[in-house]
Amino acid sequence: MSAPQPLTVHVGVAVPLLLANVDTDAIIPSREMKTVSRQGLGQALFAAWRYHYDGVQRLAVNDEFVLNQPAYAAATVLLAGPNFGCGSSREHAVWAIADYGFRVLIAPSFGAIFQGNCIRNGLLPVELPLEQVQVLAAWVAAAPQQHQVTVDLVACEVRTTGGHVWPFVVPAVARSRLLEGRDEIAETLAYSPELAEWRERDRRLRPWVYAGEAG
Amino acid sequence: MPATLFDKLWETHAVRGFADGSALLALDRVFLHERTGSIALASVLDSGRLLPAGQRVLATMDHVVDTHPTRSDDTTMPGGASFIQAMRTTAHRAGIRLFDLGDPQQGISHVVAADLGFVLPGYTYVCPDSHACTLGALGALAWGIGTSDCEQALATEMLRIARPKQLRVWVDGELSPGVSAKDLALHLIATHGSAGGERQAIEFAGPAIRALSMEGRFTLCNMAVEFSAFCGLVAPDERTVAYVLGREWAPQGAAFEQAAAAWLQLATDEGAAFDREIRLHARDVSPMVTWGTALDHGASVSGMVPLLESLPEASRNRAAKALDYMGLAPGTALAGQPIDAAFIGSCTNGRLEDLRAAAALLDGQRVAKHVRALCVPASGAVKRAAEAEGLDQVFIQAGFEWREPGCSLCFFAGGESFAAGARVVSSTNRNFEGRQGPRVRTHVASPATVAASAIAGKLTDPREFFPQQEEP
Repeated sequence: MSAPQPLTVHVGVAVPLLLANVDTDAIIPSREMKTVSRQGLGQALFAAWRYHYDGVQRLAVNDEFVLNQPAYAAATVLLAGPNFGCGSSREHAVWAIADYGFRVLIAPSFGAIFQGNCIRNGLLPVELPLEQVQVLAAWVAAAPQQHQVTVDLVACEVRTTGGHVWPFVVPAVARSRLLEGRDEIAETLAYSPELAEWRERDRRLRPWVYAGEAG
Repeated sequence: MPATLFDKLWETHAVRGFADGSALLALDRVFLHERTGSIALASVLDSGRLLPAGQRVLATMDHVVDTHPTRSDDTTMPGGASFIQAMRTTAHRAGIRLFDLGDPQQGISHVVAADLGFVLPGYTYVCPDSHACTLGALGALAWGIGTSDCEQALATEMLRIARPKQLRVWVDGELSPGVSAKDLALHLIATHGSAGGERQAIEFAGPAIRALSMEGRFTLCNMAVEFSAFCGLVAPDERTVAYVLGREWAPQGAAFEQAAAAWLQLATDEGAAFDREIRLHARDVSPMVTWGTALDHGASVSGMVPLLESLPEASRNRAAKALDYMGLAPGTALAGQPIDAAFIGSCTNGRLEDLRAAAALLDGQRVAKHVRALCVPASGAVKRAAEAEGLDQVFIQAGFEWREPGCSLCFFAGGESFAAGARVVSSTNRNFEGRQGPRVRTHVASPATVAASAIAGKLTDPREFFPQQEEP
């Protein structure tokens, strides 16, 4: 994959979806992962909630689902509940969220594999306490298009014109990757000589791991 | 300084540590599957980067393959053939051994990895599938990754990992007859919540774990991700060593003795510190079944759907939504709920011991007339071993379909499914909305509970089939 798009300060419409333990099957059902590709999955985001179905046949848009409400049409920030993105490791969940147009997710906590996948794809997962996410959701819901949310990764704070200013913590490595849009593979390859030294030692300590390999 | 099993695995694989506590860990083994493997592999091949040595990477077909006996590349999933063919093409380009359709070793990656001895105690192992943590049962550091991490694993053989907190789950006593590792996992998750092990490295220990078979340990570690853990672990012991001995890729002779001695040294030292400990007693665990759409929505089969007011306030809305989906009312008895289908299989409970546990109840019985029942062995090796014991005939005579290996109906990929609204009792790992098909209602349980329920045509405590067992 190519390096992700850098993210510094993001301002955008936020949409609240504050359920706990939203799993990656809900973010994108397996049946919607139809191609051997990372692109074009935005239309399948939250498919089981976003559309009415007859079996697997999409009938119509579910107007009641929050993402389908016109006020949130331009949303780029998702406000979510605890343990968002738990379950299956499918990176398609993150590809679908990014392809839909989100850049930032704010939740009390995230599924571990999901959170790593976010960083890889230039999507910022911000952890705020549940009470703050709830306050933010209520404030946003009062006037979604006017009440935009600022997520500042340089200062590591979430701000609003409603006077909210909340700091957040992102691991330094994840932060610099997101800020600079760095390619982690190229970065890691720089440590290849250290890996080679490690392997040489390890071959003596655990020869069975390498049985049958040349040299 | 006394060290935990996790500490030892971490220290022996840390190529470089960083000030924030994270480390670049060297990876010993990678397993790919057709759902995402070809995407990661094609990216590496196209970048011109080198791949790891041949025997460090394997690939299999498991996620979307058809499991009908007459299967071909044309799966029941629309477009499924493109995943199978892309995996085949990229594995061939890369020179990676692939367990293709028709290969005697084809099956679910996490099960095949253990069958073959591809993953051994003390290894680091990743796979782009969340249930990679299954292999922690061998005392291997095994965790699930996304496609991009997988691409990096292939291109660099290292992943930078934030050091997780360590949780020990200590289980005293011994599980009662008819109660399995699956019930223990569901009990743990029901008690401490789906996020109860969030991002932690969990070591399962104590007399009840020592007494578990290797297959039970695989089931338990498999379910660690449903507890939101980073990984699950069981320290290698004599049982582990005996399990590994003679596997195709395990060392032999003097080399095995040397390795086994090293593996036994991996066990957590006396006095080593954990960040947290959960203590359970095995006698408190009974056959479990889930009633909702998350794994912490679980209760004893002989119990009832909880009353909403008995739940913490914060989880009532979620429970109410789940019960609406499941078509169940609070306070209803779980045992006796009529079922439409029964499924035995998956990386959680599709191993030989699981099939034996189900077959022990099914022998000489028939599944209820209205119940559709399937058994899908997790791997070719499991299937052959089961057939050698005649288990296939037990399943078939009881009215089960006997399938080819794969993930099958553990999840719905767009092809085969149960009917909308169907109530399914399943030996799989997830009961999420739509997991087994649109509007399908999944009750996750042990293989014995699935078999007992299939015979009775309703959710049933498997201990009802052991009348000779006295209550303690």
